[in-house]
Amino acid sequence: MSLTREDVTYVANLARLEFSDDEVTALADQLGAVLDYAQTLSELDTSQVKATEHVLAMKNVFREDVVKPCLTNEEALANAPESEAGCFKVPRVME
Amino acid sequence: MELSQKTIHEINELLKKKEVTVTEVTQSVINRIDAVEGSTDAYLRVQPEQALAMAKIVDDKLKARKKISPLEGIPYGLKDNLCTKGILTTCASKMLYNFVPPYNAHVYNLLIEEGGILLGKTNMDEFAMGSSTENSAYKVTKNPWDLNKVPGGSSGGSAVAVASDTAYYSLGSDTGGSIRQPASFCGVVGMKPTYGLVSRYGLVAFASSLDQIGPFTKDVEDCALVLNAIVGHDEKDSTSLKLEKKDYTKNLKQGVKGLRIGVAQAFFGEGLQPEVRKSLEDAIAVYKILGAEIVDVSFQYLDYALSAYYLISSAEASSNLARYDGIRYGFRAEEYDGLVDLYRKTRSQGFGEEVKRRIMLGTHALSSGYYDAYYKKAMQVRTLIKEDFDQVFKSCDVLLTPTSPTTAFGIGEKTNNPLEMYLTDIYTVPVNIAGIPGISIPCGLDQAGMPIGMQLLGPALSEKALLKAAWAFENETNIKNLKAPLGKEV
Repeated sequence: MSLTREDVTYVANLARLEFSDDEVTALADQLGAVLDYAQTLSELDTSQVKATEHVLAMKNVFREDVVKPCLTNEEALANAPESEAGCFKVPRVME
Repeated sequence: MELSQKTIHEINELLKKKEVTVTEVTQSVINRIDAVEGSTDAYLRVQPEQALAMAKIVDDKLKARKKISPLEGIPYGLKDNLCTKGILTTCASKMLYNFVPPYNAHVYNLLIEEGGILLGKTNMDEFAMGSSTENSAYKVTKNPWDLNKVPGGSSGGSAVAVASDTAYYSLGSDTGGSIRQPASFCGVVGMKPTYGLVSRYGLVAFASSLDQIGPFTKDVEDCALVLNAIVGHDEKDSTSLKLEKKDYTKNLKQGVKGLRIGVAQAFFGEGLQPEVRKSLEDAIAVYKILGAEIVDVSFQYLDYALSAYYLISSAEASSNLARYDGIRYGFRAEEYDGLVDLYRKTRSQGFGEEVKRRIMLGTHALSSGYYDAYYKKAMQVRTLIKEDFDQVFKSCDVLLTPTSPTTAFGIGEKTNNPLEMYLTDIYTVPVNIAGIPGISIPCGLDQAGMPIGMQLLGPALSEKALLKAAWAFENETNIKNLKAPLGKEV
């Protein structure tokens, strides 16, 4: 089952990516090939198999809720493309 | 022999006897970098002044005392996806071209405490996605055994630094083989520890349930020494294991008498280069001579590991890489129309081709209508593969496999065919899926003179057994003395 150009454009929007027409064609081919290869998984009956999200037999890890040193406002903003008044600056969200 | 060509434990001996200074050791490696880095491009950035300044500090400290820890004063490299406070960390991506972390990766803090000398940050496939280091946004790293060939990936720079004596050791990360495969291609030792053994705090996330940090070294003893330094519980990584501290060098040289070494046909299938097969058969013969017991074992589900791996890792990557949106750090597109367009333009211009391909694959695998068929299915198959390994390790202590089906391939040879590139990881990904440890050590050369790597695998937390088996082989053969030709020329 290959991927259509429409599928690629749909997924690109979900992933917040955009592609040229040529790239969409190439991606449909390349991802289609990988998905076809992955299709072999459907040969296996896994209806009775539990999913493994994680290999460790670990449950939630808790710690005491105590205040510890953290980044200063300046440090947190140091890598921001744009900041103002101690905040990250983003384009207007609502008109 | 130049100082730069020696191993960690050899340098440690010389420092102990006060026959050399840390400054001399560091200068020797810097000279080596000056001589060969122009051909290999292992590093994205080198910091010779800082390294020499640090060397002087360690020298002053050592004057006053006799004791010296194994990694003290030893120059090393870090893969550029490990955060270094105040030092650029780009993941070889345009997306993080200007990212200066405000904190250190836990492993870097540990190496600072050891008195290590950071030489620089090594090249890699962008965000660790790739098997050849050709996906770096900045440079293509070359294999020191043949400059027209790839070093493997994604930790190609870290492997080449050790193979070409421009670092005594380096750290990389391994999500599906990114330490073991380049170690194999470059003729050095590379280990992926058990998931949870080394803290991932400050490692830029690719696929969180698979990622693990590990060392590249010139020999097995050095690997044990680096492991001693980086293993340990860290409360800042919730998947970090709380275990008693082990000394991985203890009983390292005990031999393999009575050790049950498993060999599975599943790892010797189609597409295996004949010379790799021959070299592995020779290795099996060596182990027999050393008194190990060779056991035939079989897998049921190994053929499905690669598919499961690419679905799981891409799904996790698509989620992890959602954070790169041009708001809090890194690249932001210059022109955009509103917030959503800012995200879209930033991500489309900031990420390279392979990273976008994986995000697309992962997003598709997680999207409504496909989740059960791909992502959930892959996680169920993960259970089967894990059980497969559990079963196999009932009848053997370690498993011997090739690290990669072939030796290093040519630069540009597989870049147009992603699936073919993915197939080079076929023997390494099952290990990450199961969360178990694996080590790759050199075991021979092919007819073109390129290194062949063999992989030793064991159940969770069997690092000591793997190191012991690896050391026994290395000690019995003269493999350690084979050096990349680049070493002879310069």
